[in-house]
Amino acid sequence: MKALSHLGLTLAASALALSAPAMAQDLVVTNAKLVIGDGSAPIEGGVVIVDDGKVVFAGKPTPGQTFSTDVLVDAGGAWVTPGIFATVTTLGLADVSAVDESNDITAGETPFSAALDAATAINPTSQHILVHKAAGITRATTSMLPAGSIFAGQGAIIDLDGDARPVMQARAFQMINLGEGGADRAGGSRSAAHALLRAALREAQALVGKPGIPETTEIGKDDEVLLSRFDAEALVPVVTGKQKLYVAADRMADIRAVLALKAEYPKLDLVLVGATEGWLVADEIAAAGVPVIANGLIDLPETFEQLGATQSNVGRLAKAGVKVAVNAATMQDPRRLQQVAGNLVALTRMPGATGLSWDQAFAAISSVPAEISGMGGKAGVLKPGALGDVVIWTDDPLEVGSVPTTVFIGGVKQDLTNHQTRLRDRYLDLDESNRPKAYDW
Amino acid sequence: MFADTKRRSRGAGVILTLASALALAACSTSGGGAKPANASDAPEKSDKTFAATKAGDPVFASTYKPFPNVATAIRGATIYDGKGGKIENGVVFMSGGTITSVGGPDTPIPADIAVFDGTGKFVTPGIIDIHSHLGDYPSPGVEAHSDGNEATAPTTPEVWAEHSVWPQDPGFSRAMANGGITALQILPGSANLMGGRSVTLKNVPARTVQGMKFPGAPYGLKMACGENPKRVYGGRGRMPSTRMGNFAVNRETWLAAIDYANEKDPKRDLAKETLVGVLKGEILVHNHCYRADEMALVLDMAKEMGYKVSTFHHAVEAYKIGDLLKENEVCSAIWADWYGFKMESYDGILENAAFLQREGACVVIHSDDQNDIQRLNQEAAKAQAAGKRVGIDISDATVIGWITLNPAKAMGIADKTGSLEVGKMADVVLWNGDPLSVYSRPEKVWIDGALMFDAMNPKTRPVSDFELGQPGEGDVK
Repeated sequence: MKALSHLGLTLAASALALSAPAMAQDLVVTNAKLVIGDGSAPIEGGVVIVDDGKVVFAGKPTPGQTFSTDVLVDAGGAWVTPGIFATVTTLGLADVSAVDESNDITAGETPFSAALDAATAINPTSQHILVHKAAGITRATTSMLPAGSIFAGQGAIIDLDGDARPVMQARAFQMINLGEGGADRAGGSRSAAHALLRAALREAQALVGKPGIPETTEIGKDDEVLLSRFDAEALVPVVTGKQKLYVAADRMADIRAVLALKAEYPKLDLVLVGATEGWLVADEIAAAGVPVIANGLIDLPETFEQLGATQSNVGRLAKAGVKVAVNAATMQDPRRLQQVAGNLVALTRMPGATGLSWDQAFAAISSVPAEISGMGGKAGVLKPGALGDVVIWTDDPLEVGSVPTTVFIGGVKQDLTNHQTRLRDRYLDLDESNRPKAYDW
Repeated sequence: MFADTKRRSRGAGVILTLASALALAACSTSGGGAKPANASDAPEKSDKTFAATKAGDPVFASTYKPFPNVATAIRGATIYDGKGGKIENGVVFMSGGTITSVGGPDTPIPADIAVFDGTGKFVTPGIIDIHSHLGDYPSPGVEAHSDGNEATAPTTPEVWAEHSVWPQDPGFSRAMANGGITALQILPGSANLMGGRSVTLKNVPARTVQGMKFPGAPYGLKMACGENPKRVYGGRGRMPSTRMGNFAVNRETWLAAIDYANEKDPKRDLAKETLVGVLKGEILVHNHCYRADEMALVLDMAKEMGYKVSTFHHAVEAYKIGDLLKENEVCSAIWADWYGFKMESYDGILENAAFLQREGACVVIHSDDQNDIQRLNQEAAKAQAAGKRVGIDISDATVIGWITLNPAKAMGIADKTGSLEVGKMADVVLWNGDPLSVYSRPEKVWIDGALMFDAMNPKTRPVSDFELGQPGEGDVK
């Protein structure tokens, strides 16, 4: 039920806080410290107008500007941002990662690899999705991880509103590992991983323009199939550049080897993931025009391919002109993206370190990852035409401890209740004098 | 990475209990067994008795000595003293390796000493991590470095974490430079019910672990509840394979230790010596335990056997029994936001620390992680903010205690460090801003009054042997 139907308002007028109807599509947020998400500076007294689920205006209103809305929210000067865009994640693919039965992130026993499609396994009401929505993440890429092969399979772009349709775009990208992990899974050497990749791409190339049952051979080793015909077919959009190829690589030499793939397969739409030593080859990455979803705070040589690890990686890549987003995969949970971005700002005050400005840092967890994911202008940004994902925060959204007070996804106000908030409410006290806690819900 | 994931399966190992002093001495002979090494300057006698150092005498003793320091004062800073106090525009004065005075702007500063202007900056005691595996699971995390779990028997109280510590782990310097860590407890992993002795270190670079050992710190015994021990051993078809099996093995082991403690002149037994140390109160129990119901059972087991639990680690569900933990004076060492990665962490909530504080129970924020140890201050701030949102206001000064004095108490070193009090070790961090903000970093770190890190001077950034000549050597990291 709409509380108010297309009421004409003047922005200069004091804002009325109205409760949001469940299916609201129109929304106006006033009096915001407004972050557009594109790397520009926050706007004091900003306004966001969402109509039919999409942003129609975000910025400083002109005096006398009028609009109509179902829902008017006075942010009271609070920070208002686009939803955070998390990439790369496994959101929706496991309930408890260490509980095998609940975990769809890896499939080491399957004969399939590149053909695996994460979209078929997403659980939109996974507690991880609900918890991360409450942390201000409204869209994410989610992918399986390589297990039986260098190929992780095809990742999806999802929304986190918990409704029946979490998948915005299935098969948005293929992901492979061409570092130590890929070497291990290909048989024990980076050379084996590169040979397998090339063999797979050649098989896929042979299938271009040949729909139907592919007439090609399986790539096998001993009795193990490394690439079935179904997998080769799944790589056709990769080799033709219609599907992005995310390549996980950390070592400087591995990154160069990834960039060199372009010479052999010019249509590849490459994205580097991880790139711990990316700063050592930042100019080459920039020249190749390959975007990077980079590890943010990894600063230890946790492997021999990460010897050059430094928290300045993201800042140095950005400084070299690389399009760089913060990788959600290398932190305890993707909800720490805001904290990692805040730390990159902290680096700007450390002699010898390279960080990001606040505006850049927020963009590195909103518009930039969205652009890299093919959602440029649609997600991670508050500009006309973008999805109406609007988050109102308790404090500076990059500060530790800051959380959303209100989250809209596609213009719809979200219920932020989840298992954790229910436990919190139950244990606000330990009083069981009348009944056990089990009756308190 | 939490230690659980680092557990590696190993080939069937043999537990060698050095059953007698004779056997121990024999191990130290060189070559053909001709003569004992310790008798080399004496004529050989057939009636020579061999003896190891007496049980309980110090072995592998600390060789740490404070590095040269100059009398130093910081003035004009906001000071959190670690025990809940806050001083605006304060003065900290350290000399001779100890805190000489702490106070307001009028605190006298001698004329001829180094003075740092702390205007706009903050001072805290050195940060202490009660739960680390640095050195035992060092970087690079290759199989050859996997030294944290002696996962060959469900109880191994005879192993000592210090014998696995690799002092060249680059993680130590990151913890100092980015996290202001000045002391930390290295624990064995959680594959075993009784994982072995912990060791408390000063976070100073050294060539040997003895050069890092915190002088006078008591040992800890690492114990583990729940999923890990039953999975590791149940998976091998042996006891324990259930939680009830966990308790049965623990209780049998304690009963045997009590018998041993009552023996007049027992044969040396490294495992039981550790357990007797616990019964005597000399060794502190650090018990990995996620679930509230299991913690309650452990507390009763401790009462049954006559020992005390210092701290429950990874106590994700501590908030459900804050009253019980307060009553038993047990600390909870917890993360701010880890949840849902294993079944027994499913009920993790952001308000855990705040709910414990509400009950007056002891809160410690810990890392168990080579990355989070660099940001314990931020983890504490997250936990504080979660409390504030549900109406539990906890002062900044109290929250700093979660990562300074409280862990010091739980590790038995609060008489030496953990707060800025006259006479204590001058373990001090100068932050370039509010330490409970994401935007702040340590600017200077003193350990026993020696300036061990200065962000303004690249040459004060420790570089481990492993990093020399490798990409990024000496980088800001």
